[in-house]
This record gives sequence, structure tokens and C-alpha cells, in this order.
Amino acid sequence: MSARHFLTRGLLAGLLAGIVAFGVAYLVGEPSLNAAIAVEQTSPGVGTDHSHDSAATEQSGGQVSRTLQSTLGLLTGTVVAGVTLGGLVGVLSALALGRFGSLGPRATTLGVAATCFVAGYVTPFLTYPPNPPAVGSSDSIPLRTALYFTLIVISVIAVLLAVVVGRHLQPRIGGWYASLVAVGAYLVVSVTAAALLPSFDEVPTSFPAGILYDFRIASFLTQLALWSVLGITLAELVHRLAQPTPHRKTQHVSS
Amino acid sequence: MSTLPATSQHAVVTIPTLSARAVLPWLAFAGLLMLVAMYFISAEQGATSLLSGTAVHEWVHDGRHLLGFPCH
Repeated sequence: MSARHFLTRGLLAGLLAGIVAFGVAYLVGEPSLNAAIAVEQTSPGVGTDHSHDSAATEQSGGQVSRTLQSTLGLLTGTVVAGVTLGGLVGVLSALALGRFGSLGPRATTLGVAATCFVAGYVTPFLTYPPNPPAVGSSDSIPLRTALYFTLIVISVIAVLLAVVVGRHLQPRIGGWYASLVAVGAYLVVSVTAAALLPSFDEVPTSFPAGILYDFRIASFLTQLALWSVLGITLAELVHRLAQPTPHRKTQHVSS
Repeated sequence: MSTLPATSQHAVVTIPTLSARAVLPWLAFAGLLMLVAMYFISAEQGATSLLSGTAVHEWVHDGRHLLGFPCH
């Protein structure tokens, strides 16, 4: 058992997760995305500051047709995200295994995936909720993107600090209370960061609230599907990997 | 209620641990791969552009929106 085994299993679980996330995004997300594009094209004054996403581009006349964008393009996005995030979660699980008290392979792996989901998506989602086409000013896109990634970086650093604090406290106050302190520490740092970073309200007054709501829920479900499938599949694969078998070394293999 | 003997089934199950030194190079590789790939999915030809044109942006457009990244 080496880190290589975890990486390959992570990539595999991520591939499956990316495909399932595509299915959810296609079935749940595309209707609201198409509705938003329809609003963009029919409502004067909504989304008029776009250049690249104008009606000509979004319809069949653009570089990439809507059909391709919503199928192969979307699949590219979810699969690349799933595979590469899966690889990382796999290796992180290799590092975490056996280092969190009595947590077994399945619980540890699922915990790593859930932590990555919260730190990398849920906290940024709550701070800077995703927007469909026709929402958001193109003037602020560099700043909004920079702030989105800044928040992710802060969130990930906060998780690392929380893990260090929790593992430090665990021998003295036990796993349960150490976990509570760690979660509390993460919340303090990330909520403070979210409160201090500038916020944006760029939803045009004429944009239908229902479409915005549906889109944001769909984005959340897409990511939830990706991380759930990744976490559960990888947890099962790591569990099987960690089972002692006559033909496989299970202890401290350095390679 | 009597205490379980030390050799009960749960006590003998050991959780395998890999040394951090052995895992860190793999972590660096997987992390770098993730960052480069996610850059193209999330930000290329949006906030920043390494490549000219809008083909990458247009191709991953729906994924960028639905994965939650600021798209435009």
C-alpha cells in the first residue's frame, strides 16, 4: 500500500464522480441556464454589458454551439474537475489514514472528501453565490474571480489550521471536543474572512428570482453529487485497499 | 457489564499508516495537477487569459457556471 494506490483510486473515483455530476448538471442545471440565456436575449437592459456572451455567440452562430456547451463542454468541465480533485483527495486520504484517532479507512476518506467539499465549495458558495448568464457585471469579473479564489485559499488555510489545532488537543481533551474546537476555529476564521471581503449584488432588478434560485440550487446539487460520489466511491476503494491480504503489504511501505 | 478482553475483534484491527515523507511528493504532484486543470476550467479566458480568443471559455462555459465559478 503506497500513495500511488491512493492516487489511482482517487482518479478513478473522480472520473465516476465527474460523470455523475455531469448528469445532475445536465438534468437539473441546464434548464435554468437556458432560461437565463433566454432572459439575456429577450430583455433589453439585462446582461447588455456582455460582449462574448451575446445572443449571436450563445446561439448556434458562436464558436461553440449551445448543444456542445451543454453536453461535451459541460462533461469536460465536470470530468476534469472530478478526476483532478479525486486524485488530490486520494492522496490526502493516504496522508490522513491512521492519523485521526480510531477513524477507519472509510470514515477517514469520507471525512477528507466532506472537508474538501465544505472548504472548497460550500463556504465560497455561501459567500459568493454562483450566477447564471445575464447576472453579474463583466467589469467586475477579474475582481470577483480574484476574491472567489482568495476566499478558497483562506478557507483551505483555515481547515489546515483547524486540523493542526484539533490533532494537538485530541490527546488532552479527546476526539469529540477536539473536533468541536477545530470546527469552531474553522468557522471563526472563514466567517470573519467572508464578512470582511467585499460583497457584490449585481442581479438586475428585472431578472426573474425563480431562475436565479433554481440555478444556484442546481450548482449546489452538481457539486454535492460530485463530492458525494467521489467520497463514497473512494471510501469503499480505500477500505478494500487497507484490508490485510496475504499478497499485499499493509504497513509503512516507503516508495 | 463486564469489560471486553483486550483481544476483542475491534482491538486488534490496526489502521495502516503511511509515512508523511512517502506521501508528500505525491501530494505535491496531485495538488499541482488539480490547480493547473482547475485554472483552465474556472478562470482561463475569463478573469485572466493565457491563450488568446474565447474558445476555452466557450467550451467549458456551462461547467464553469454550474460548478460555481464566476464566469462573466
